[in-house]
Amino acid sequence: MADKLFGLIDLNWRFELTKFKLIRNLFKSRWFPLLAIILNLFIFVIILISGLIGGFSAGNYNFGIMIVWILWWVMLMFVLVPIFSRAWCLMCPFPVFSDWLQRGALFAVTGLKLKGLGLKWPKALKNMWVMNILFLVTTFFSGFFTVRPLATFILLGGIILLAFLIGLVFEKRSFCLYVCPVSGFQGLYSQFAMAEVRRKDPEICKNHKVKTCYVGNECGYGCPWMLTPFNFTKNTYCGMCLECFKSCPHDNMAFNLRPPGVDLLVDEKRGLDEAWKAFIMLGIAMVFFLTMQGPWGFLKDWVRGASLTGYLTFISLHTAFSLLIVPAIFFFFSYLSKSFSGAKEVSLKKIFTNFSYTLVPLGLGVWIAFSVGIVLPNGSYILHIISDPFAWGWNLFGTRSVPWTPVFTGALGYLQGAVLVLFYLFSLAYGTRLSKQTYPTDGQAKRGWIPILIFLTLATLAFLWLYIG
Amino acid sequence: MKNIRAISIFSFIVYSLWLMASPAQAAEKFFEIKAKKFSYTPNIITVNRGDTVKIRLLSEDVHHGFFLDGYGIKTSAHPGMDGSLKFIADKPGRYTFRCSVTCGEFHPYMVGYLVVGPNSRFWLFAAIVLVIGIGSIITLNRVKKTNG
Ligand code: SF4
Ligand code: SF4
Ligand SMILES: [Cu+2]
Repeated sequence: MADKLFGLIDLNWRFELTKFKLIRNLFKSRWFPLLAIILNLFIFVIILISGLIGGFSAGNYNFGIMIVWILWWVMLMFVLVPIFSRAWCLMCPFPVFSDWLQRGALFAVTGLKLKGLGLKWPKALKNMWVMNILFLVTTFFSGFFTVRPLATFILLGGIILLAFLIGLVFEKRSFCLYVCPVSGFQGLYSQFAMAEVRRKDPEICKNHKVKTCYVGNECGYGCPWMLTPFNFTKNTYCGMCLECFKSCPHDNMAFNLRPPGVDLLVDEKRGLDEAWKAFIMLGIAMVFFLTMQGPWGFLKDWVRGASLTGYLTFISLHTAFSLLIVPAIFFFFSYLSKSFSGAKEVSLKKIFTNFSYTLVPLGLGVWIAFSVGIVLPNGSYILHIISDPFAWGWNLFGTRSVPWTPVFTGALGYLQGAVLVLFYLFSLAYGTRLSKQTYPTDGQAKRGWIPILIFLTLATLAFLWLYIG
Repeated sequence: MKNIRAISIFSFIVYSLWLMASPAQAAEKFFEIKAKKFSYTPNIITVNRGDTVKIRLLSEDVHHGFFLDGYGIKTSAHPGMDGSLKFIADKPGRYTFRCSVTCGEFHPYMVGYLVVGPNSRFWLFAAIVLVIGIGSIITLNRVKKTNG
């Protein structure tokens, strides 16, 4: 019997977009996604310049601040990640210089041998931990780069530089896989995405002895993300660079639409690193809300570094909360799950890890609801800054004098509530299935699920209270 | 069966919310709110639905604004030059008021809350979450019974 999400959508349902000639040809063209990357590179240059010009002043009328922290962030959370998986990585300009250096060309396929030192990434770090820590550390400066143009300049400039340096030393997209601060949460939440890159027919792959999607050929590079396109099973580490569409001589790669969340049931590479990513994202969402959208002035003074002790207090509490307290609470409920289930043979670590994937839909919902609260009140700044990106008095699109205009703020609370409820539903739907994966018998799965259900319900209520209560 | 149960619980909760939400005796409430980089004092003000709310906005440092989400009204204050607002709190729920004049780098985060009670908006969603949570357990157990 087909497993149906909410009794409605068959989890095995797929709709292949690349079966349309136009899309297939686009994906096989070397111009795509290169042109999108170059366009974004152009926008990033403007962002960097405006960041430099804007300096240390207030950032709400700054091009860089608004494009990155409103437009980009909201696109990422509303559309790119939940619908198209790592679609941002597809067009991301950060690693373009290291790709260029390694390949010796931007456009052409120059051969199988890549330049640069091409070292292997250290085995002990082949996980999400570096990204987890880097992302957390980045949020220490949230009170600067979301409001000070120069801080955004330093952050983005630093990422581009780091991507280049790591590409110089380590092979392929080691930076994207193991370092990039925005990579981890995209990978985590892309498990929920409604799109995927996958091979079509396993038989064709089996008979194709030289795996050109992995080693590359004259039409495309071997998977820069060091996946095996012929058999990988979850979105997390596929950067959607589309090289495998070019390098597969049998047109056996597909870009599919699918029901949201199916990767959560894929038991591959599950681990504490990904679990912690989920905890950290929940913790950060709460801290960001308290400091940015909460009414408490002392918290704002902490994060903006009004005094050193306040700032250090913020960093310590934030770190302790995201890295220790959230996981500790979840551990407690995992422990309850184990004792409720009565399954002595299942390890606590497995229960803890498996169930941490229930936090993916909820976490995504929490971030979407948070972002609605940013974009509705502040989206109108975009109209101003696109007309006058460098604050030189330009009026490119005639929208320079549009005043700050919050929109639909009466609906804001309802939207946030509805989003939380919707993603809570997804968490429950996948949670019950994860419980069946975790525990050997049906009875154990049902009993072991209850504490996790309670945790998810309490977490949803907590965010509901925070956002609209 | 489970649907009937869920629906009856749900309608009961909605009904009691509706009862709670019927406005108490409407009154006039006055608040003096001080604005200072980057917060308001008091930062949370609570009224009942139907109340007439009068606000006097004072600034203690630079030019600050006051825009009220949901109601779409605003005022502003310079030091020594107060702003004022008067409106009827007819929409229940928690609404953010935010600074509407760029007053420094944290200006976009300068907010406070107006709670128009009872906050039926929050209780409605909280009830939905609880009904779903409890309903899902009942469903699971019902499946168990039919199976075995
Ligand atoms: S992992 Fe980071 S640097 Fe790499 S493509 Fe994605 S966002 Fe860009
Ligand atoms: S499997 Fe590899 S080559 Fe294919 S799109 Fe994903 S990252 Fe690119
Ligand atoms: Cu202000």
